[in-house]
Amino acid sequence: MAVNYGSKRIVVGAHYGLRDWLSQRVTAGLMALFTLLVLAQVLFSRGPIGYDKWAGIFASQWMKVLTFTVIAALLWHVWVGMRDVWMDYVKPVWARLLLQVFTIVWLLGCAGWAIQVLWRV
Amino acid sequence: MTEPAKKRPEFRNINALTDLPGYRLPVAGVVSILHRISGVLMFLLMPFIIWMFDKSISSEISFAKFTSAFRQGLGFVPGWFIKLVVLALIWAYLHHFIAGVRHLWMDVSHKAVTKEFGATSAMTTMVLSVLLTLALGAKLFGLY
Repeated sequence: MAVNYGSKRIVVGAHYGLRDWLSQRVTAGLMALFTLLVLAQVLFSRGPIGYDKWAGIFASQWMKVLTFTVIAALLWHVWVGMRDVWMDYVKPVWARLLLQVFTIVWLLGCAGWAIQVLWRV
Repeated sequence: MTEPAKKRPEFRNINALTDLPGYRLPVAGVVSILHRISGVLMFLLMPFIIWMFDKSISSEISFAKFTSAFRQGLGFVPGWFIKLVVLALIWAYLHHFIAGVRHLWMDVSHKAVTKEFGATSAMTTMVLSVLLTLALGAKLFGLY
């Protein structure tokens, strides 16, 4: 049997693994910075936080654009993560496909709803 | 000639009920599986998170509905249960966040991938996420 591991491993594909790994980290970094940004605005606002202050955070156009990119980052991040989970624990191909389709539908639905809400403010 | 090594036990087709309870998972392993569990939890509760975003931000009226869901409950769901779900989400976010930062740190530093640092950073992740969850949970349930 030919050796197919280590330096002798036959590499096929187009670095999908690296792409997923890297994109999960980049999207995570973006979401972490966004979290700190929103948190800072909540913590450093004076007085109790009512509707005006909360909605005010998302009122400006640049914040909408930034939040939109974070929603896109979240979508991508969760897709990579959930795909990893299904690949690890679900072996039958039909079940895996079903769950992956469900994940895509679920995530796209959620993202659409979140974007709609964002531009309602 | 050396003695052939004793045949080591093999574990295949790990059964979640009969095999897993006997596993002595290191603390880094606990952080790892909790990273997954917290991620899946947030994935499943995503519509609830967006519902909260929707209600809290759409209008003054919906904001009032949002806050009353925590006090008086929503439909047949009591307020304490909604608070409990939010508490679970707070923990999930904090754990996922801190464990994620730990991962990023391990990606850029060779010192962070030693066995010792892996254990201490995992322990730090656990303690920090639980303490912050308790602090925010106390606020959520109106203790201060």
